[in-house]
Amino acid sequence: MPKLPAPPMPSALKAPPPRPGEQNGKAGPADLAKEAGISVVDWVDERTSLSGAGRWLMFRKIPKGTNWFYTLGSATMFAFLSQAVTGVVLAMYYRPDPSGGAYESIRYVTNDVFLGQFVRGMHKWGSSVMVILVFLHMGRTFFFGAYKYPRELNWVIGVVLLILTMVMSFTGYLLPFDQRAYWATIVGVNINGTGPLIGPYLSDFLRGGGEFGATTLSRFYAIHMLVIPGLLAALIGFHLYLVAKLGTSAPPWAKAEEPSELRQAGA
Amino acid sequence: MSDKHAKHKSKYTADRMIPGAFEGETITRRRFMTGSANAAGVIAAASFTLPALGFALGPVFKSTPHTWETVGTVGSFPENNYVPVVVTLTPGIGEAGKATVYVRKRNPAIDIDPYDRDTSYIAVTSRCAHLGCPVRWVDAAERFICPCHGGVYDLLGRPVGGPPVRPLDRFYTRVVGEEVQIGPRFSVNSELRRFSPRDPGEPVDGVGQYLYPSRPTAQKP
Repeated sequence: MPKLPAPPMPSALKAPPPRPGEQNGKAGPADLAKEAGISVVDWVDERTSLSGAGRWLMFRKIPKGTNWFYTLGSATMFAFLSQAVTGVVLAMYYRPDPSGGAYESIRYVTNDVFLGQFVRGMHKWGSSVMVILVFLHMGRTFFFGAYKYPRELNWVIGVVLLILTMVMSFTGYLLPFDQRAYWATIVGVNINGTGPLIGPYLSDFLRGGGEFGATTLSRFYAIHMLVIPGLLAALIGFHLYLVAKLGTSAPPWAKAEEPSELRQAGA
Repeated sequence: MSDKHAKHKSKYTADRMIPGAFEGETITRRRFMTGSANAAGVIAAASFTLPALGFALGPVFKSTPHTWETVGTVGSFPENNYVPVVVTLTPGIGEAGKATVYVRKRNPAIDIDPYDRDTSYIAVTSRCAHLGCPVRWVDAAERFICPCHGGVYDLLGRPVGGPPVRPLDRFYTRVVGEEVQIGPRFSVNSELRRFSPRDPGEPVDGVGQYLYPSRPTAQKP
């Protein structure tokens, strides 16, 4: 491709020629400062080769017809990240104490802590946003046929992620420990108990005993902030790896193009 | 690859031409090292995984001691109406560990079930047999009514409407001196036969008592 000639520039706008000593091989302190970021990245990359993995992950070929629906997965992941960050901050104030401390700590966060109501609101409403986004992402995958070979395993992982998200919603609902949280959890645990044979043991496991007891709240809290988030993060990582490895599917209305050599041969 | 079709491979490493084989050695040192390293890894992982698992599952098999709680004097309960009393089911967690129990004196005209003959007071839980919401006794209707999903029970606690799968659970009662005391909970089926306590939503009629086993440590009434 012929290169366009540079447009004529007024001399005032032209870059000045290098000063003596600037380009003679010796870098001045200003040059070193300019290059500091690059040399740090180079230092790490020389020892880890992470830039190759980064390029592999970020600069992928995507099919023609990729559209806004393909952003739902990333949106779900950012909803998860938002939940993780706000959850970590909320954990700095929360006390899983069933004899009044839990409710009081939530009241304190909501009413007294700077930006507390905002951060707690982010976490509370963000959980609903995450569930909605998970379902939209699942619907996109289903209606675009993106679960088919070779992406079946990613669908299975996605279903596990959906279930884990539901467990997060269920266990998180108890933590404010108000009337709604308490009774909703009683009902939810008993719904688990209606499963034949293993149901009674499952509800005993969730409560940590036969009755809603002293350790039920801390048990839910541990599941909510330690067990499930770790699983979620690991599975999201694997989910993403498979997306990068297998590539995204074309939308169902995209027509396969004839290879150009065949087209030329036909014409 | 060439040994693939050899029918009888010697068990001695020396016969298999493995370099450095000892006399009478049957397993290569490389194989032995691999096996013992893997076994050490499994033992190390199990030594923290199994206790953690038992720690998390332990409460399922823990038996809770039976306690008796005084709820009133013998004269404070009528025969045809319930008196709500508050008992502590789980000590140490404040209001969340308390529950309402409806108590009345046994009425020989209606409590004709043989299992009720040896008790003088009937104590019915406020925990709905559907999913565990709190029912309340509505005096005018002479019914227990659940606010969550519309379960309705009669004076004996038997379901007469809505989704509940069995009558309301009851508590053992006893009289010590002039005091009426409430003990452990038990479940009843539609004929008011007694079963060890079940969770709400679990029927005990017919095959239900086997599909929904009681806690391993729960004592039969």
